[in-house]
Amino acid sequence: MMMDRIVESYNDFDFENFFRSLDSKKILDVIDRSGEKVLEDMDLLTLLSPQAQEFLEEMAIKANVITKQYFGKEIHIYAPLYISNICDNECTYCGFKHSNPIKRRHLTYDEIEKESKYISETLGVHSIILLTGESYINSLEYLKNAITILKKYFNTVIIEVQPLSVEEYFELKTVGLDGVTVYQECYDKELYKTYHLSGKKSDYKYRLDTPERASIADLRSVNIGALFGLGNPVKEAFLSGLHLRYLTNKFLNTQFSISIPRIKEAYRNIKPQNIISDKQFVQFLLAYRLCFPTSGINISTRESKEFRDNLLPLGVTKFSAGSVTEVGGYSLSNGSSPQFETDDHRSVVEIVDMLKIKGYQPIFKDWESSI
Amino acid sequence: MDKLIIGGVEFNNRLITGSGKFSSYNLIREMLNESKSEMITIALRRVDLTGKSENVLDYIPKGVKLLPNTSGARTAEEAIKIARIARASGCGDFIKIEIINDMKYLMPDNHETVRATEILAKEGFIVMPYINPDLITAKKLEAAGAAAIMPLGAPIGSNKGLLTKPMIEILVENCNLPIIVDAGIGKPSHACEAMEMGCSAVLVDTAIATSENPVKMAIAFNKATQAGREAYLAKCAKINNHAVASSSLTGFLRD
Repeated sequence: MMMDRIVESYNDFDFENFFRSLDSKKILDVIDRSGEKVLEDMDLLTLLSPQAQEFLEEMAIKANVITKQYFGKEIHIYAPLYISNICDNECTYCGFKHSNPIKRRHLTYDEIEKESKYISETLGVHSIILLTGESYINSLEYLKNAITILKKYFNTVIIEVQPLSVEEYFELKTVGLDGVTVYQECYDKELYKTYHLSGKKSDYKYRLDTPERASIADLRSVNIGALFGLGNPVKEAFLSGLHLRYLTNKFLNTQFSISIPRIKEAYRNIKPQNIISDKQFVQFLLAYRLCFPTSGINISTRESKEFRDNLLPLGVTKFSAGSVTEVGGYSLSNGSSPQFETDDHRSVVEIVDMLKIKGYQPIFKDWESSI
Repeated sequence: MDKLIIGGVEFNNRLITGSGKFSSYNLIREMLNESKSEMITIALRRVDLTGKSENVLDYIPKGVKLLPNTSGARTAEEAIKIARIARASGCGDFIKIEIINDMKYLMPDNHETVRATEILAKEGFIVMPYINPDLITAKKLEAAGAAAIMPLGAPIGSNKGLLTKPMIEILVENCNLPIIVDAGIGKPSHACEAMEMGCSAVLVDTAIATSENPVKMAIAFNKATQAGREAYLAKCAKINNHAVASSSLTGFLRD
């Protein structure tokens, strides 16, 4: 079954009735089976249910054990690099949306090189996520040349740009692209339309199939997720999890990971509508770890430093550090607007120190770029 | 002396350790010092070859043999490239072939492993391939010039022990190379069991790195490995289905 069919199959599902059928015995049974047996779709929904919030400690203890077993006490460090904030889409919640009269920038190759050199040599980061707005201006040639430059400085290069075709992902792989991050933002198809008013991103299905196209192109890693704050949080978390399951079952060769980004204020005080609490955030993180023991889980600098530090033993495998979300924001002074506000402003050195104090090994390199 | 010989190199100790999942590099050094393990596997993809940042190699005591592995490789070609980079970087000729195409259960790809072994052995590497235990694959690896065979006892990181015991027994009985159980060993008793079966060594990573006290656990694994080896050399008493009295009950009878 294709992913859009899976989403459709839950259109008429009575979530409330399912939640009413749960009791503590059923929830504890799922927690007990996690890590030993493959958990089913309804097991995931059980762990995401409002009732399961009473068992966060039990879930956390199990998540800690599973994470140590599969990932040890290692945390991968990466940084984002924004090279363009020009965007053709009109997404109501995003600071980069086309109609926003913000200062736009599109880095030249020389500027990309300068930013790369700074991040690599000054911050010491070896893993990078290249980000752009979604625009025709980010041509395949521009992306290809940008990745070629980045590969001189970073062992791992992941892109978070407009969705591409299988052929285009293949093409970027030839110059060293390692992975793709693409967020569906909102799995509820009807709601999706109300947030994505125009531009290519308004094509729900093309976006939904993007991780699959990247996997067909045999990229090493694919990261997915929903932007929490747009749709019903539990349903969005559930469908994101089903997406992860669909992909991991279909593409054994790809390392999949999931993120739990919460919407942040960007340009002009955009207010989230269904903001999830810290408690619910933790519940989603734990549910993913219990259901998907070998999948990565990323936590970005959207979250506060205190909150991020407390998430460490609960299943996190990747941490961004020293993040700047303005185009050219590391080494070029330009005053461009950020896509969203970050909350953890610590430097890479401070993050590394924190990890070591808490008994974690920061991993800067996880792939040899010359291979 | 009962030495383990791989690729012409002698080892007094049959516990091979891993370097992944530890909370710090210092802990790896301490673990090696205390456990007396003489060989450690390291993921080349994690080693900073530029030497600009902290490097796990700086924490491995002299005298401990480096066994770079090809983790991250998904094809024979990638594994071969990693092996060549490892050698060019001064990591020596030993290489553990680890080719994984299944990111869900992390199972090794036996076919690609044979392909990589054929090429690397010809290039003079001391090749130690990690495989799903299968006699045909093991014999192909033997023919290809492997220096040892490293079957999994259970999926990586599972700590489930010797789930593949009958298959490993077949390898022990039929292969001329050292059989080293890799992956799945979760407790010292599992290591002991593998050694009692006649395996030549065990490789343990997760069970040591993720224990509450990795140094103490590594010491325990070392002792268990030695105990298992000595039991194997002493030849364990036969298992009988019928009762056998320790002193003959009918010895009083005379012809």
